[in-house]
Amino acid sequence: MSAGSLTILVIDENRIRASIIEAGLRDAGHREVTVVHDVAGIAKRIAEIEPDVIVIDLENPNRDMLENMFQLSRAVKRPIAMFVDRSDQASIEAAVDAGVSAYVVDGLKKERIKPILDMAISRFNAFSRMARELEEARSELENRKVIDRAKGILMRSRGLNEEAAYVLLRKTAMNQNRKIADIAQSLVTAAGLLGPQEGE
Amino acid sequence: MSMAHEITAGFMPLFDSAVMVAAGEMGFAAREGIDLKLQRETSWANIRDRIAIGHFDVAHMLGPMPLACSLGLTPLASETIVPFSLGLGGNCVTVSNAVWEGMAAHGASPDLDPARAGQALGALIHERASAGREPLRFAVVHPHSGHNYELRYWLAACGIDPDRDIEIVIVPPPFMADALAAGRIDGYCVGEPWNSAAVAAGIGRIVTVKALLWRNSPEKVIGVRKVWAEENPDALAALLRALHHSARWCQDPANRGDLAALMARPEFLGQPEAIQMPALTGRLQLGGGVERNVEDFFLPFDKAANFPWKSHALWFYTQMVRWGQLPHTPQNLAIARDCYRPDLYRSALKPLGVALPGANAKVEGALKAATPVGSAGASLVLGPDGFFDGQIFDPDRIDAYVAGQKRA
Repeated sequence: MSAGSLTILVIDENRIRASIIEAGLRDAGHREVTVVHDVAGIAKRIAEIEPDVIVIDLENPNRDMLENMFQLSRAVKRPIAMFVDRSDQASIEAAVDAGVSAYVVDGLKKERIKPILDMAISRFNAFSRMARELEEARSELENRKVIDRAKGILMRSRGLNEEAAYVLLRKTAMNQNRKIADIAQSLVTAAGLLGPQEGE
Repeated sequence: MSMAHEITAGFMPLFDSAVMVAAGEMGFAAREGIDLKLQRETSWANIRDRIAIGHFDVAHMLGPMPLACSLGLTPLASETIVPFSLGLGGNCVTVSNAVWEGMAAHGASPDLDPARAGQALGALIHERASAGREPLRFAVVHPHSGHNYELRYWLAACGIDPDRDIEIVIVPPPFMADALAAGRIDGYCVGEPWNSAAVAAGIGRIVTVKALLWRNSPEKVIGVRKVWAEENPDALAALLRALHHSARWCQDPANRGDLAALMARPEFLGQPEAIQMPALTGRLQLGGGVERNVEDFFLPFDKAANFPWKSHALWFYTQMVRWGQLPHTPQNLAIARDCYRPDLYRSALKPLGVALPGANAKVEGALKAATPVGSAGASLVLGPDGFFDGQIFDPDRIDAYVAGQKRA
């Protein structure tokens, strides 16, 4: 049976992450994928779409509302249980670790759901990694800016060239067992206090 | 300094997480050798999932939630026990200004009286139905919550069928006021500060409170993964002692300012200090400039507030049965009875020489006045604990109580 015959609903307020998951599902051959960012009116959407699988991020505060809706099963035709089977502890743990949860129509075979859940887990992890790397890159850029300013201060006040200024910063950082960016920030702050012209 | 125990605890941004938050932030946990790591969550479902897979050892939970977990009512549930209660009372029923006007036209007065307010609400519902209007929509925080059961208890006792005459939906606590303002819901039952927040914003009126529906009634608890409790008895006992000292500190009027400031911090509730005060003082702004003082509005410590009474668990169980969440069977009853663990509370606190109830359960609604009771050690005062409709819940006569429950 083709994997594409399952209807999948992705609920994620984070648009970038949602599109990453959607792309992954489509790459895996799933054609019936709906992405929802806002849970307003979700009951009606679920009734229309009749999803076999619902993937939702754990940060979404509306999980309690959704679970209640599934249990009342007035909006949803069939009862929906979380994951395929409770004994599959490893994938449940992996999902919660990754920050994703899934609800599945009762009676669907585990082999059909597992790849979808695995895909969601790996894409969630990839997104977290990406977000972390982006944050690191951002703080790296900030660090570089402050180091440049610190070098400038040393060059002007001590008459050093750029390389000597950097060597001095690095040596001080090593002696004090601190990061160069921290030393640079201290210097910029101190210069700001001592003379406004240096603090810019 | 390294601690003897490291415990990770989940909580939801509600005022009644105060005893747990203060245990971590005011040094009570550290004094018992516990490094208490507090983690805020966004849904009860997350708390349940993270307890089940071991991310959390313990958590701030709705009183009926560990029962629901142990009874297998929710997905991904695990055996969860309750060795400590986080307080009594603390909830309100808040309605939109429009609903309040309708209730007032049918005889409601701003005095929080549950019977009068319920009668007026019933008349309004009847009037709306006759005019062919949509049923009112009320929100609670979770199907397995004290909020859901006390709202339904109140409505049913006032002749309103909570399943047919109104609609009950689930909304996360911090979103209640917004949903009310946007007209997505007409009223709700939730813990503080989310009622006072709506009144302060001028978008809702408090019409009654949990402490008047059932005085000294159970609300949030500490839910503990049973396997963790069995493997870490010393850590659990140390935690319960830390929570006991924290609860005593939270109840002391001298600490109200500090506690309100603590809970106001962005990592806990992120709401202004002034909004925290009604929960502590019982002086509620009902809306429209009316202020009311509610005795025993929220008790984090007094009246044996931290004792996990089996009669509380069993009352929740009867409500699960009443509203069709599970069948009444001897097996289910036994699971409910075993979920709350006064034995663990007693053994942890015994070395402190503090007042401990001698019984595991009590007849709820029997005490008409504050009553000193027999207890181990120092004296202990319980009650009054009446239901607003005068009913009595005897945990030794569950079958009769279940049989006598009406849906409206």
